[in-house]
Formats: sequence, C-alpha cells, structure tokens
Amino acid sequence: MENQEENQIESFDSAAGESVGQAEEPVNPPEPGTPESAGERRGFIKFLCAFIGTLISAVPFGAGVWSYFDPLAKRNKGGGDGFVMVTTLDAIPADGSPAKFSVVADKVDAWNRFSNVSIGAVYLRLVDGVPKALHTVCPHLGCFVDYRPGNKDFFCPCHNSNFKLDGSLAVGVSPRRMDPLDIQIRNKTEVWVKFQNFQPGHSDRVPV
Amino acid sequence: MMKSLLDWIDHRTGIRQLTKSALFENIPGGSRWRYVWGSTLTFTIFVQFVTGVFLWMGYSASSGDAWESVNYIQNEMIGGWLLRGIHHWTAQFMPVLLLLHLMQVVIDGAYKAPREVNYWFGVLLLLLVLALSLTGYLLPWDQKGFWATKVATNLINLVPFIGPEMQKLVIGGTEYGHHTLTRFFALHAGVLPGMLVLLIVGHIYLFRRHGITPAEPVAKRDAYFWPDQVFKDTVACLAVMVAVLGFVLWVHGAHLGSPADPSEPFSAARPDWYFLFLFQFLKLPFFGEGNEVWGAIYIPGMAVGLICLMPFIGRWKLGHVFNIGIIFVFLGGAGALTYLAKQEDVAGPNSARYLKAVLDDARDGLRVTALAMARGIESTALSLLKDDPKTQGARLFAQHCASCHRYGGHDGLAVELAKAGTLDELGNRTGLTSRFFSGDAVHPDWLARKSGTQDEWQTVRSLLQAKAEGPFDVIASAKPEEAPEAPDLKGFATRQWIRDLLDPDKFISPRYFGGTAHKDGDMYKKFLNRKVRKYDAAERKMLDAIAVALSAQAKLPSQAAVDQAGAALIRQGIKYLQDDIGCIDCHAFGEPDPDAVGPDLTGYGSRQWTIDFVKNPEHKKFYPENNDRMPAFGVKKILTDKEVGLIADWLRVDYFEPPAAGPGH
Ligand code: HEM
Ligand code: FES
Repeated sequence: MENQEENQIESFDSAAGESVGQAEEPVNPPEPGTPESAGERRGFIKFLCAFIGTLISAVPFGAGVWSYFDPLAKRNKGGGDGFVMVTTLDAIPADGSPAKFSVVADKVDAWNRFSNVSIGAVYLRLVDGVPKALHTVCPHLGCFVDYRPGNKDFFCPCHNSNFKLDGSLAVGVSPRRMDPLDIQIRNKTEVWVKFQNFQPGHSDRVPV
Repeated sequence: MMKSLLDWIDHRTGIRQLTKSALFENIPGGSRWRYVWGSTLTFTIFVQFVTGVFLWMGYSASSGDAWESVNYIQNEMIGGWLLRGIHHWTAQFMPVLLLLHLMQVVIDGAYKAPREVNYWFGVLLLLLVLALSLTGYLLPWDQKGFWATKVATNLINLVPFIGPEMQKLVIGGTEYGHHTLTRFFALHAGVLPGMLVLLIVGHIYLFRRHGITPAEPVAKRDAYFWPDQVFKDTVACLAVMVAVLGFVLWVHGAHLGSPADPSEPFSAARPDWYFLFLFQFLKLPFFGEGNEVWGAIYIPGMAVGLICLMPFIGRWKLGHVFNIGIIFVFLGGAGALTYLAKQEDVAGPNSARYLKAVLDDARDGLRVTALAMARGIESTALSLLKDDPKTQGARLFAQHCASCHRYGGHDGLAVELAKAGTLDELGNRTGLTSRFFSGDAVHPDWLARKSGTQDEWQTVRSLLQAKAEGPFDVIASAKPEEAPEAPDLKGFATRQWIRDLLDPDKFISPRYFGGTAHKDGDMYKKFLNRKVRKYDAAERKMLDAIAVALSAQAKLPSQAAVDQAGAALIRQGIKYLQDDIGCIDCHAFGEPDPDAVGPDLTGYGSRQWTIDFVKNPEHKKFYPENNDRMPAFGVKKILTDKEVGLIADWLRVDYFEPPAAGPGH
C-alpha cells in the first residue's frame, strides 16, 4: 500500500502541470523520498486522519439517523380498550346489506391531539339481526373497498379484488379476506367497534 | 478485488487523478495551523447540511405548526434534541470561524492578485452563512425568533424607494404568518444552501487554481496537503465538533422559548449574539429620527464594500497594513458594541424589563412544553398556553391585582422559580448563567417593584451576597416599600389561610386586612377583637373547626383528600358556624340572608364564589356597602369571563399539573 502511494506521488508529480493548472511553481518542492522512520510516522498520521475524519463526519449522520428511526420506537398512544361507538342498531339496514359508517375518535398525530375526528370507516351488516363489522381498507395494499349494491359484493378499485358480503375473497390479488373487526353492543342499541388497522400485503392479520 | 473495482471506476471517472490532485496540492512552507479555518468552515457547512436535511424531516413550516414541530423534535423525538442541538450550536460557531478565516486571509495578504475573485467569493460566502443564520433564527417560531426577525425585517422598510414593497415580499404579506415561514424556510433550506454550494465549489476551485498563500516568513520546506495539513485540518474539525457536542450535551439540545405571540410584548427581542453589534450600532444616538437607514443599511453596506475593496487597497505600499488595521478596528468596534449591548441588557436602566421577559419566556416555554407533552396540542401551542391558568392566571394577577394584593409577598410571577430544580432548568433553557436566577424567588419585575416581605428580602439578599455579582446587587439593597393594600392571596381558602384570617393579630396585619378599611370594621372590632381574643381553649377548638369547614366550602383540589377524611369535623364546624359561634349573625350561610353585612359564606372560596367576587365585590352577596376600593372587574368589563376564570383557577391551584418532573430529561 505504502509503496503504491509513493508511486502515485511519482506519477502525480509528472502530471502536476495538468492537474493544478496554473498553480505557481513550488519554490522549494517537497522531498521526493522520505526516510524510513518518517514514513512510519506519516503512516500513523494518515491513519489518524482517516479515523478522526470518519468519526466526526459520522456524528451529524448518527444524530440524523437516530432521530429518523424515532417512528420505530413510538409507543401506541391509544388509551382505553380500543372500542369506539360507531352507531346504533337502528341505523344498520334491516335487509342485511352493508352500510358504511365513519369512525370518530380522538387521534394523536405527532404533536397534535385531535378529539372527535374521523379516523377511518367500517362496513356494518346485520346477519340474522347480529351486526358484523368489516374494515373498509383493502388488505392488499390499502385502497378503500367499495360496496357495489348491484352486484351485492365488495370491490376494490385498485387491483380489482372482489370480496363476498361476508368479506371472504371471491377473486383477486388480495392475500387475505377483508379484515373483520370485533364488535360489542352496549346499552342495548349502541354499536361499538374495536377499530384498528392491520398491516397490508400479508396473508396473516397483524395489527400495526 | 478492491483494486480492480477501483480501476474500473477510475477508468470511467478519473477519480484517482482527482483525489491525487486534491491530496497532493503543494503547500509552500509546509502545513500550518493557521490554514485550518477554511477546512473547519467546510466541515461545519457539511454538518449543517446533513443535520438540516434530517431536521427538515420533522419540521413543519406553518405558523400553527412550526413551534409545535420543533418542540416535538426537541422534546419527544428520540435523538431529536441531539440533532437540533448540533444544528443550533454549529451555527453558533460558524460566525467565529468565518471571522478567523477572514482575519487569516487578510493578515496573510491572501486576497492579493490573482486571488481577488476568490476573495470576493469568500465574502459572499460569509454573507450567505449569515443569511442562513438569520433565516434559521425565525424557523422555531418562538417569541425570541419572532420578535427579533420582525425587527430585522422591518429594517428592510428603510431601503430607499422600494422598502415597503420589499418588506412585503420578504415576509410574504403585510402580517407575519404562514407565508413568512414558508418563504424563510425555502430560503433557508433551498435557495441559500444551493447558492452556498455553488460558491463553495467556485471558492475551492479558485483556491486550488492559485494555491495557498504562504504566511510570511516561509521557514520550512514545502509539503503536500496530504497528510500533514489534512491532519491539522482534521484535528481542528474534531475540536469544533467536540465543542459543539459539549454545548449540546450541556443544555440538552438547544433552547426553545415560548411560542410566538403577537399579543404578548417581548422586551427581550434580540438577534443572535453575532448580530448584536449591528443591533447596538443602530441604537447609537445619531441614527435616530430618519437616520436609521444609515445605521442599518448604508454604513454596514459601506463596511462590506470596504472589505471587498481590500485587494485593491492592498496594492499600495501601506495598503496592506491599512487593511489589517481596518479589520482590527471593525473587530474592536463590533466587540465593544456587543459588550455594550449585553451590558445594557443585564445592568442598564431597562434591564429589569429585559430579564423579566427572558424569565417569562422561559417559564411559559417550560409550561407549554410540559402541557403539550402530557395532553397533546388540540389547536396550537399558543392557545394551550393562553388557556392555562397556571401561567396566565399569574400574569393577570400581576397586572390587575398585585397593585393592592400580594401573592406570597410578591406579584404572583415569582412563584414558580422557587421550585427546586426549576432554576437550573431555566438556566439551561435560556442559556443564561445561574447568576440571573440566584435565589429562590428572584423575579426581576418583583425586585424592580421593590415589594416583598422582609423575610424574603433577607433570603434574596443573602443569596445575592453569596453570589456577589449581577445587577441585583443594586436593586436588592433597596428597602421594600408600598405596604400591600389588600390580603395576600397565596393559599387562598386553604385551612391555614382561613385559620390565620381568624387570628385577630393576623387579621389586622398587612397580610390580611391591615391595608384596608376592614381592619376597623365590625369583623375585627365586634368579633375578633372583642370576642376571639378572650376565647378559651374549647372555643378556640371550635373556631378551628369552623376554619376547616369553611375551607371545605372551597372544594380545593389540593384539599380533596383531607376534606373527605375530615367529613365529621367539617359537619361539626358547620354547626359551630351556625349556632355556637354565630357567624351567621353577620354572614349568610346556606341560604340568602338579606340582613347579612359580611360576605356570603356559602361556597366560600369555591370556583364560582371566587369568580362572582372578582366580577363584582359590591354585589349584595359580598360587600354591598363596605367594599374597600376593589374594582368590579366583571361589571366594568376590565376582565373577560375567561380571564376571571383563569385567575380563580390559578388562585385555587386548580389546574393540570403533569405527573413527571420535567420535559425531555
Ligand atoms: C450554513 C448552513 C446553515 C446555517 C448557518 C443554519 C442555521 C440555522 C439556525 C441558526 C437555525 C435555528 C436553530 C434553532 O435555534 O432552533 C436553523 C434551523 C433550521 N435549519 Fe438551518 N442552517 C444551515 C443550513 C441548513 C440546511 C442546509 C437545511 C436543510 C436543508 C437546514 C434546515 C433547518 C431546519 C429544518 C431548521 C428548523 C429546525 C430548528 O429550528 O431546530 N439548515 N438553521
Ligand atoms: S389495494 Fe385492493 S386490490 Fe390492491
């Protein structure tokens, strides 16, 4: 390595005129060769340069990358049991067709905490008088799934996944059925849904 | 393997040649420490670019989000304080490095032909970095940046002919707001850095073209840039980085004041320290009355012009010496002005106002950060602060009530400083040393008002003597004057406060009614003086139970637990109040009493009672005939309902207090 560099200096010298352009000629040019001991010392200095240089350049990157990874360390701030009141039994169509309901809840968005804002939507449908809930977000890549009253099915407009009324996949690229959500009836008529989002694209359902 | 890869790349890019010419630059006379400044500047600019881009990922340039996002970076984002701290403190070092670089260039005559153009590039770079600092100062949208930048941009108004239009363009409208931030941010993170890169490339290209100018005399042999000079440069950069990190760790990031508030004056609006000399320059008497434009634009412009002309001046025989002289004159002048500016702030005739603003800002900043972290921000941090009784109640009390009342001997604003640990934290947040906060209640406004109890003065004075420095020496040695003219409301409606109120001596002391007409009223004359003074032990116990019962009427959050535990005693107390001691002979209790001459004791000290009282002390429930000077704040519309509520909540210590100690630590 050392030798090679010395060679490079040699070749550099010959090319000096070109690369430095009109730089003034050195008055008393550096010695071409260096004695052994000086060479060792310089080797160490070169090492230190590289070492310190890398170290101090890494500091701003380190701080940046550290804070960039902040989202990975963020705890889930949602309080309570996760159930949100969505509507009442009377508002769900009696004929068993699904209807879309907004989920209104408190939401933390970085530094903001909004109360009573829409955080998503669910499809609710009565099956023998019992409400069932499906997430409106496609498990494939997260588009909003439409209900098609004519076809009596769900249809995702992004990559044409087709789901049956119970949420199971009819045809399409979605890796899993539409995500069912837990549901509770409170005070006789209130419909509470445990609203949560799941990772898209996987065949198993993992909450984000 | 590695070699063939390098060969492959080299073949297509000529990278080896480039590195070689970069590293094997000839340095006449060998490496020297005095050549390091250019490299440290390049390094700091690199640091600013890297940290700036990462900050950008968390920063939101709008007037409702800027402070909030910076606060989030500083206090909630993991490592955010470090990132922001590095950006902030590196920016603090850059003016120093720029100055050193300029001095080295001028002293060594490195501006002389053929390097004039490169020298001008350097001057432009200097101005660009200062412009980056100026625009960056506004971005956190705190009181300090907001007001200081306002002053700075108002100077644009002075530009002849097109001033007002220019100002509108710079701030994006007639008012400060979203577009001021979006414009400043685009300048700060886009336009100026872009120009900076171009200029640096040109600067370094020209520098390489002409080579370094040796500092005379050239004693040693020439050497290549690599490795000796590189080593010196690297060590200098390391020193800068260590110093920056030192500051970052010391204050845990960088100071963030309270959010910008156009409605709240800020007597500590100052530019960052390296602009202070310009700020002070403008205060010189001859720049008054229409002459500001000279101090703000013409003369600084001429100074920059002179610096640009130095290469030509340097050609004359004595020109070079003149140039060096000029640099030192500028330096000395700027130094002196900076000193004067600082001195005026801490010891000048208005220093109390300045320090009060600094403290208010720090206290509000701490509070709003704590609130934001504990509760989140529903709309903006400013509204969070404006709805907060703890800070706003105290402020309103100081403004409207403290001319007669006291709060623990002072005007209500000194309280929070007394908490252990707060002083250090304030010191950290403000970047001021502890000498500004020595003492457990050193509130400049309070000191300036010269009120306070003897005991507190004693404490302050001894603390000051221990420190024996700072502007407080003078103020603190003054005697407290202006005895209070109304009760001290610290601990209002607590058990102890009512116990003391029912003590005849305390009742007529300045702490309660000594400064009012009530010291000669029936309560004292017919009850406390005539009866209570002669009470035996049993009667005293009854009176104490009454104090407890009356205090329970207030439903103070701080006494919720003891009130619940003492329910039996409270029931007793109410019985004494009604029957045995007979307070209801003069006061109403439980039901309206048209014959009552003293204030209604039903719900005494409760939120509603307090609000009603402040709104109208002359109401028939309170002092219809014998109200002594207290204004009817609500009836006369001196205070809004909301403001009265804030004062009541503050007096009753009825506000949210986050559980954890402090933010960000
Ligand atoms: C020489 C270059 C630069 C200087 C001297 C500089 C200076 C400053 C200063 C003084 C602040 C205020 C810091 C504070 O007290 O909070 C600031 C903030 C900021 N800067 Fe820079 N800056 C530079 C380059 C950059 C670049 C290149 C970017 C992005 C591409 C950037 C992005 C930011 C952001 C996002 C903020 C707001 C965050 C905060 O205030 O903490 N800066 N800068
Ligand atoms: S997102 Fe629904 S099918 Fe792709």
